[in-house]
Formats: sequence, structure tokens, C-alpha cells
Amino acid sequence: MKLLSRKATCNSHGQDSSYFLGWQEYEKNPYDEVKNPKGIIQMGLAENQLSFDLLESWLAKNPDAAGFKKDGQSIFRELALFQDYHGLPAFKQALVDFMSEIRGNKVTFDPSNLVLTAGATSANETLVFCLAEPGEAFLLPTPYYPGFDRDLKWRTGVEIVPIHCTSSNGFQITETTLEEAYQLAQKRNLKVKGVLVTNPSNPLGTTMSRTELNLLVNFISAKNIHLISDEIYSGTVFSSPGFISIMEILKERSFEDTEVWNRVHIVYSLSKDLGLPGFRVGAIYSNDDMVVAAATKMSSFGLVSSQTQYLLSAMLSDKKFTKNYISENQKRLKQRHKKLVSGLEKAGISCLKSNAGLFCWVDMRHLLSSNTFEAEIELWKKIVYDVKLNISPGSSCHCTEPGWFRVCFANMSEETLKLSMQRLKAFVDSTTKTSQTNHQSIENSRRKSLPKWVFRLSFDDRETVHGER
Amino acid sequence: MGVLSKIATNNRHGEDSPYFEGWKAFDRNPFHLTQNPQGVIQMGLAENQLCFDLIEDWIRKNPYASICTAEGVGEFKDIANFQDYHGLPEFRQAVANFMGRVRGGRVTFDPDRIVMGGGATGANEQIIFCLADPGDAFLVPTPYYPAFDRDLGWRTGVEIVPVHCDSSNKFRITRAALEEAYEKAREANINVKGLIITNPSNPLGITLDRDTLKSLVSFINEKNIHLVCDEIYAATLFCSPKFISIAEVIQEMDCNHDLIHIVYSLSKDMGLPGFRVGIVYSYNDEVVSCGRKMSSFGLVSSHTQFFLASMLSDDEFVETFLAESSKRLAKRYHIFTKRLEQVGINCLKGNAGLFLWMDLRHLLPQKTLEAEMKLWHTIVNNVKLNVSPGSSFRCQEPGWFRVCFANMDDETVDIALKRIEAFVRQGKEGGENTATRKHWQPNLRLSLKSRKCDQGVLSPHMMSPHSPMPKSPLVLART
Repeated sequence: MKLLSRKATCNSHGQDSSYFLGWQEYEKNPYDEVKNPKGIIQMGLAENQLSFDLLESWLAKNPDAAGFKKDGQSIFRELALFQDYHGLPAFKQALVDFMSEIRGNKVTFDPSNLVLTAGATSANETLVFCLAEPGEAFLLPTPYYPGFDRDLKWRTGVEIVPIHCTSSNGFQITETTLEEAYQLAQKRNLKVKGVLVTNPSNPLGTTMSRTELNLLVNFISAKNIHLISDEIYSGTVFSSPGFISIMEILKERSFEDTEVWNRVHIVYSLSKDLGLPGFRVGAIYSNDDMVVAAATKMSSFGLVSSQTQYLLSAMLSDKKFTKNYISENQKRLKQRHKKLVSGLEKAGISCLKSNAGLFCWVDMRHLLSSNTFEAEIELWKKIVYDVKLNISPGSSCHCTEPGWFRVCFANMSEETLKLSMQRLKAFVDSTTKTSQTNHQSIENSRRKSLPKWVFRLSFDDRETVHGER
Repeated sequence: MGVLSKIATNNRHGEDSPYFEGWKAFDRNPFHLTQNPQGVIQMGLAENQLCFDLIEDWIRKNPYASICTAEGVGEFKDIANFQDYHGLPEFRQAVANFMGRVRGGRVTFDPDRIVMGGGATGANEQIIFCLADPGDAFLVPTPYYPAFDRDLGWRTGVEIVPVHCDSSNKFRITRAALEEAYEKAREANINVKGLIITNPSNPLGITLDRDTLKSLVSFINEKNIHLVCDEIYAATLFCSPKFISIAEVIQEMDCNHDLIHIVYSLSKDMGLPGFRVGIVYSYNDEVVSCGRKMSSFGLVSSHTQFFLASMLSDDEFVETFLAESSKRLAKRYHIFTKRLEQVGINCLKGNAGLFLWMDLRHLLPQKTLEAEMKLWHTIVNNVKLNVSPGSSFRCQEPGWFRVCFANMDDETVDIALKRIEAFVRQGKEGGENTATRKHWQPNLRLSLKSRKCDQGVLSPHMMSPHSPMPKSPLVLART
């Protein structure tokens, strides 16, 4: 009898993907300004490290929240014992207020419709457990966050069917592509239970347009299915057009008290907006009481630490702090984004025009040896091993067009970003130069610029014996 | 369409069980020493509230253990950013160290095998996801922790096959009972993937003896099925015999270590259920690897990992804490059992846990489930103690009740005991005085009626069974 479960032995966790392999390489040789200046620079991690000083200064002014105290009195005992899956009421109130603030107060949220979970990872999985049976499917626009393969499919047994978006229209969702995806699912005998979108988009860094949002509402309405809107990056919108939440659209079209209202669910988290991925704060927001009830019970498998809930409830209840944080954070993201874009431009590389997120969707199609995914991976390996930048290849995000890469800009210092752009420029320049020289020079420069692993491989081909495999 | 999944709409979450009646009675009328001294005393929550003062004291003396204090804020950025599912190395080291100490240094644990889960709840679900497919089954000795139905089976689709134990041999798990359950499952074409035990036992409050543990290991080894040992109460030992971990047993026996897994948590030993610290410790490399990836769904907040890494590495504190906690639990246990004995109520002789397994079989007019439920309603609604009936733990012998003793202060203990004493006295007098007995019956009817009303009131927003103080300022706080 097989010892372990199918889930344990398959690879639906998706961790054999290049997205994670790049991380592994980085772990082996991480860049450090002082200790390892030639190491790999991590540009594959969508983290927001730009505004910690704001958080730290708040902490300095609010010692009670840190010390398990309320009005000077210790509440350690209450916090240590608090495992109610309804969550700390003060925290949920503060969180929905924060979500509202991010949306310019154009929508308000009811804390009793909010379910706390251990990060957005858990929120997404929980929602899928609630909405679909094993073997059913969700439609997702490509390119999408690689972690979705694990979060939505692995333990739930649910399938993902892609909605193919292309650069021809800035990767926007269209009526045609939605319909095509639905048909594809039918052909594969998969019952579609809903659509899941990330807005603002990861990896594109763009907010969804009003047109797209309306299309989605029409589509889920017609097909009688759910819509999950992962709005984890909603606080990272730094320039126009602004962020339009799906709830805003529903309100505009007076969809409250309709069936559609109950089929739209939002996922949120503090990992990107506040830069606190370690704290594991995720949330599901739904207007459907049954979804809230089921998800609440499921959240038992991944509650938010009460210690963390208390700290953040104090922080997010400080409206002066949140107002300042939201605007300052966006300002810094905008600046950093600009630096990346101009650095890329200097290297002759363009990217998708974006207004949100912690990364850019970079166009390196012109650097591919051929318009294939093999060429994309070839290029990616060069960038990881030779240029020593861990960026994420579009294929790991299920992009249908080879040559696109996601490059993060908010998880490093300005100097490191500058250095990464210098390395990239040097690489592009040398690649251009190489292709301009004659045959002999090509041989010579290939010998010099070929990464070590290619050498080892070719040696192994010749030698039949044990190698360093 | 637009309908929810079967998982979302079935009742394998277990919350529709009639046993929630007890929680509701408490929620409606919670005891408070000064504000509501006639209220229902919560004795159904296995919490360890006896040693918070020790922890608070440690916190005051160690401000650098928090990333939010002036002393510790230098670590804030790195810790807030840390979401690596391997967990903070210091945290894993500290937990491995702590686990070793709890077992008297008789075994050591490898920090690289420590995998996080969202509390033991998350950890138990995670290990089942790794070991079994939907439709497979796990053997679970009765009586068992009610939420196992949810944790092991709800989203995993795995079945529970009970292994019945009774008082004839102090509820020990026998080889015969195991074989019987296993065969029954096989005949029904159910694929048994493993056995899960809780040691020390919830609800029995006893540790498993060496012979039993060895026989369990040889059973699973022979059948080539897994053994999951939930050792969540390991440090709640308060008297002999000592606690023997499965980790020790496998050191002394020939067995396939790939089949052995331990689940742990800090919710009971340290009284920190709010911090959601669940641990899966497997001797199987593949399970560690898979479990680690799955832990993404329930990582421990790095804020909490950092704090605990500091506290649990303080050997002196840990030493003191474990000794003091044990002492206080022993004291509580003895106060209860002594006074209960004086009114003719016996308990299974326990040596660990946060509860007693109380024998009220002699108070049942018939040895039936109905009689147990009737008695239970009386205790909840008239005596005003929320205790847990044995049937909620799938105990096959009517008349046993789990009574928690570590989740209240000394004054409340005294009041609870006084109520039990009064109840027993009343019962004795009632037997001699029909007038008094008649006085009882209407109360029973009342309580049944109120139960009917409550079922309609069941709403998604009711208090969860795990929240300690519905009226606590935290829960009611709006600012």
C-alpha cells in the first residue's frame, strides 16, 4: 500500500516551478552589500520594505500595544487565551476601516462579514474549499501569481483554467477571452464555479479598468458563478488611474440585495500594503452569510495569532497613522517604480505601463534567441546565474507569450536597485556586442561568458563515469 | 449553480452537535465571581490558566523578546518580513529544546524536523492531508477529543474508525480492540492508513503505559500503517507514573520510523492557545518535506515565533515553569478529587491533563445515553456547571463526564465544588423525599424546552466554543 497520500507525492504544490528554483539559487548565494557584493540580488520577491520606519516610529510611540497592555494594564492572560475564530472585534473593525480608507471611503465594509485567516494563502484556499468540489474549476486570467497553483488547487483538488491575456491589449481581460476560457473548461469536462482575479494584478502591476470590472460582473451574472477578487495589493496603487474595487462597481450598478452581490468575495492581507508577510494576516470578505459561516469555521485551521491581532488593532485604529502611512507608502512606491523603469530604459528594456504593485512586468522579448519558452528559460538562467539577478520568468506565471519577466523593486535599498540595473545594462550591452562580432570571437566570448554549469554538463557528456552530479 | 461546496454545507465541522447546548447555557449566563455569582461555571474548556503570572513576570524582565519594544524594535523589520515556511531557526531550536526538556531529557528532537501548523488543529489536519487520501480512514481510540471529527476528517475527506475502550480495564487500548476495529474496517472495504492517539489522553487525563505504547507500535508496524501521537498535554503531568513519549519508545524498539509522527502545541502546556503554535514532528523525511510546504496555510506569526524563541530558550525559566505548573496542577487535581470523593464521586485515577474523568454512573437511573443526556442537562441548567458528557467524546459507557479544573481561580473552584456537593446532597434527600424529586422534574422540562428555542437561534455569529470569556473587555471592545 502506498505509504503517503497522493497530495504528498504529487507536485501540485507547484514548488518544482522555476519561480521557486530561482529562490533556491538566491538562497545559495545571496547578495549582501558588504559580505557578498557579487551575490545574487533578489528581485523575485514581491515584498514591501519601503516603509518600515513608519511602523517602527509608531511602535516607539505606542509601547502598550507591544507589551500586551491596555491602558497600562496587562491583558496578557486574555490575549493568551483568545482563540475565538470570530477574531478580535477591535481588530476586525480597524481592518475594515483600513480597507475602506484604501478605497477612498467609496465603499464600507461590515466587520461581521470579515473572516480572518493565516495570510492570503490560507484565505484563498479556504474560499475555494467553500465554493468548489474537487474536480471543479476556477478561471484565472494569465499571467497569474505562481503560488495560486498551490493555494487554489493542491489540497482542494480544484482545477485552474486560464483566461489567456496578451500584450496586444496590455493583457486586459476581454469578453472573448472570458468566453473562450469558459468553453475550454467545458471541453475539458470541468464545471466552472467561478473566476478569480487579482486586482491590482500580480504580476502585471496594473489596476483593473472599469470596463474589465463591468465585464466580469456581467460574465459571472450570466454564468451564475462566483467572483473572487484578490485585492492584496490595493494599498500599493501609486498613480492614476486609481484603484476601483469590485464592490464599488456593484454599488454603482445597484447590485446590493441581488444574487450577484452574494457571489462576489474579496481576499485581503497586510503582507503587501503594510509589508508584514511574517505576521500572517489574511482576510476573506463576503456578503454571503453562508460563506462567512463556513469560512469562519475553517479559519480554525489557520487563525491569526492574538498577540498579532492586538498589536495591529491598535496600529490600524490610529487613523492619523493610517492616513499618513497610506499616502507616504504610495509616494515611496511611485519613486522606486520610476527608478526601476528608467534603469530598464537605459538598458534598452521597456515594461508594461503600471500604476500599482511592488514589481514591473518587463518586456525582454527582443533579447530572446527565439520566440519560445525554451529561449525564455535560457535567458532566465543567464540572468540568474550570470547577471546574478533573481527575476521571475513569465512562464512561471503561466504567461502565453515568451519573453516577459516580473522584476520586483520594493524589497531592496535604492543602491541595490541601482546596482541591479547596472548589471543588467552590462549584460544587455555584452549580448549586443557578442552578436555583432565574427565567428572566432563568438567562440572566444562564449567560452568566457558560458556559465560553469554548462561546462560541467558538456564534460559529463564526454566522460562516461561518475561526475559531480 | 452559485451554490456552495459540500464541505461548506455539510456538518462535518461538528458544530451542530447537541453538546453545544452547554456552551450556549454558559454564553447566556456566564459565571462571574462578583458580577454574576449565580451564573454557569465553565468547566468544559480545557485551558491552563494557572501559570500566567510566571510568563508575565518573564515578559517584564525580557523586553528584547518583543520586536515592538524599544529594546527589541531593531529586529522588527527582519521579523515582520520573515515568512519562510521553515520557520525562524531560533524558534525551531527553542521548540525542539523545550520538547526535549518536557520529556526529561530522555529524548532529543531535531529542529529540522519541526514543522509549523495553525495550532494543533492545523497540525492534525496537515498530517492527515500528508498521510491519507479522501475515503481512507484513521483508527481513533474512544473516548476522544470531539473536534477530531473536524480536524481529521472535515476537509480531508478521511473517515474515523473508533477503537472502543471502557472502564473494565481503565480504558486502556488493547491489541484485541485494535484488531477488531481494523478488521471491521477491512470488511467494509475501508482503507485504514493509520492510528492516532492522544497521550496524555484527552478526556481521560492519564498517560499511556509503556506496554500499551509498545503494543501500539508493534501493531502499526505489522500492519504498515502510520502512528500519529498527539502529545499536546505532555507537560501537564502532575503526578506519577511519568510521561512516556512515543519518541522514547521507538528508541527501544525495532520499528519503521517512517511511520511515526508527533503532533504538539503550546496551547495546553503553556496556556497560550491564542498564539496558534502547532507543531508536526515527523520521523519520515517525505512527510517533513510535504508538511513544510503545507504549513504555508498555517504558519505561526513571526511576531509570535520571535517572542517564543526567546522565552523557550531561557532554560532557567523553562525549568521553573515546568516544575511550578506541575505543582499547581497537582494541587488543583487533589482539591477536586478529594472533595468529590467525600460526596461519593470517583474519578478515573489521573496523572496529567487539565481535567478529570468523572464517574457519575451511579447517578444514572438507567445505563443509557438518554439517561446521561438528562443528567447532563440537569448539571448544566440546574447545578449550573458546564461539564462535558462522555457521549460527546464517543464514550460507549454512559455516565462519564469530563470536568476541567485548570481554567478558573481558587474561589471559583470552591463554588463549583460546593454546587456539586449540594447537588449530590439534594439527590440523596430527594430519594427519601418525593416532594423534592417532583421539584426537579419541572426544571428538566424547562431546560428541554429552552433547548428547542435555541436551535432556531443557531446563527453563524454565535460564539465559538473556544472563546473563554464572551463578556471580556477584549471581545466587547469597540474602540
